[in-house]
Amino acid sequence: MSGWPSPLGLVLVQIRHQLRMIWRIPIALFFTIMLPLVMLVLFNALFGGEDVRTDSGTWPVSQFYTGGLAAFTAVSATYTNLANMVPIRREEGVLKRWRGTPMTTGTYLIGFVGSAIVLAAVGAGIMIGMGVVFYDLQIEAAKVPAMIVTFLVGVGSFAALGMAVAAVVSDASSASAVANMTILPLGFVSNIFIPLDDPPAWLKTLGDVFPLKPFATAFQDTFNPAVDAPAFDWQRLLFILLWGVAGALVAVKWFKWEPSRGGRSTRRRRSSRADAAAAPAE
Amino acid sequence: MSAISVRGLRKAYGEYEAVRGVDFDVAEGEVYALLGHNGAGKSTIVEILEGFRQRSSGEVTVLGHDPASGGRELRDRIGIVLQTSGIEPELTVREAVELYGSVYRRRRAAADVIELVGLEEKVDARVGTLSGGQRRRLDLALGIVGQPDVLFLDEPTTGFDAAARRRSWELVADLCRLGTTVLLTTHYLDEAEHLADRVGVLSHGLLIAEGTPQELIGREGATTISFTLADANVDDLDGVLPPAARVVGQLVQFELDDPTVALHRLTGWAIERGARLDGLSVTRPSLEDVFLGLAEAESFDGEVAS
Repeated sequence: MSGWPSPLGLVLVQIRHQLRMIWRIPIALFFTIMLPLVMLVLFNALFGGEDVRTDSGTWPVSQFYTGGLAAFTAVSATYTNLANMVPIRREEGVLKRWRGTPMTTGTYLIGFVGSAIVLAAVGAGIMIGMGVVFYDLQIEAAKVPAMIVTFLVGVGSFAALGMAVAAVVSDASSASAVANMTILPLGFVSNIFIPLDDPPAWLKTLGDVFPLKPFATAFQDTFNPAVDAPAFDWQRLLFILLWGVAGALVAVKWFKWEPSRGGRSTRRRRSSRADAAAAPAE
Repeated sequence: MSAISVRGLRKAYGEYEAVRGVDFDVAEGEVYALLGHNGAGKSTIVEILEGFRQRSSGEVTVLGHDPASGGRELRDRIGIVLQTSGIEPELTVREAVELYGSVYRRRRAAADVIELVGLEEKVDARVGTLSGGQRRRLDLALGIVGQPDVLFLDEPTTGFDAAARRRSWELVADLCRLGTTVLLTTHYLDEAEHLADRVGVLSHGLLIAEGTPQELIGREGATTISFTLADANVDDLDGVLPPAARVVGQLVQFELDDPTVALHRLTGWAIERGARLDGLSVTRPSLEDVFLGLAEAESFDGEVAS
């Protein structure tokens, strides 16, 4: 008998197929990749040439929006994407099918998350590329390591949070709503769609307790001329990471492979039918 | 050694006991059907054997492993065709077979599997565009792509029309010829009769009968012979018919365990007299009759007991 296929090989096969599938879901691609790009074009057209003022200083609009929207793309590709797709796969029964194969469940989930991270990298890469080509985005070589590390901490943590939503929320349509209702409003108080210059205290607090604003800010800082290289924001990175670890713990504790509600109601239906059949005997 | 062994299996969902102490064995290469109505406990038993559910008590082995802990080693050697489980609808048939095949140690070539289930023409079609029957065949393809030693088929033809069921039976019969051990659940009696070497009849979580289809039918007894005597007097049949024969007008009917001699005598008489035996039929009881008989007896016992 031949040996087991290598785990790395299996993960790569999974990532390739997951990406192929996303490529074939136009709506997912639009919201993940296209919409942030449309915003980049719009915001630059509306506010281009101006400077923005935030807590991190005063700097060109294009630097601000490219960094913030690239971070948003990364969050859409991981958090929103996984919170949408994993419950859909669970409802389709795809997760249960994989569970019946010899591939370890960890390998399957690493493939799923890995594909989300690749998608995030592609989306953020296109965003930054467009910034450089069309909006005179300046990238300092000395800040690139911080850019990459911040990106990886962010996508890893938001992927874990997406899996946490997928674990806790039982059905696919609710999970999708939860993902969008958490991330879109937060986007407005997190220096992504609108630069926040001295916001009301409660808005500032709202942004600060959730991981989106710390991630957007830490990532934007690697494009902010007012911030010196190497631009590692360790405090914010640690904060994001803690959120990510909490998300991972929730996901591991409550993850389900079968749609619980459907399964339970089927069983209830079955057992009540059986009870009804048995009733005359009692 | 038997491929599947089940001893004293019980499964309770809260107060409700879905499986109430079931024993059976499936030999290597055998096709075993669990037959029963909805709620009889078939799917619960199969999902325990597949490792999806934990049993409440009892001993269960599949290929020598406990399915609750058999893990990867076991799942590599079994194929599972669930009643309801999805396949990523964005993939094509070929991609799905390749993707799911990639995780097994022994794997059949995707093209061979697709040909075996007769989906060659749909090889580049998206899974989401397949009809119900085609989906079920792809289910089967994914169940066998890892060359399983044991294949679980949970109600493989539920919802099929008659023609699709016939085709599906041929397919399963082909697989059985390859030496795969098959455990199938069904509530179609003709399906069990057609496919299975042995049948276990489940009712309310208990195995109430077990045997080859012929044995189960034989247990229910006699063959029925009936005909209408066209142009002769029924009284002329005196001494030709067995004593238990019933005669209603020109219609004659009788039951016998071994009808050979009586039939020979009857047809010999008809040829000699030039008499016609209209609508002559020799019918054995179907599994349906057996099943109804068993199920009635069981619920009747239940009534008496309580």
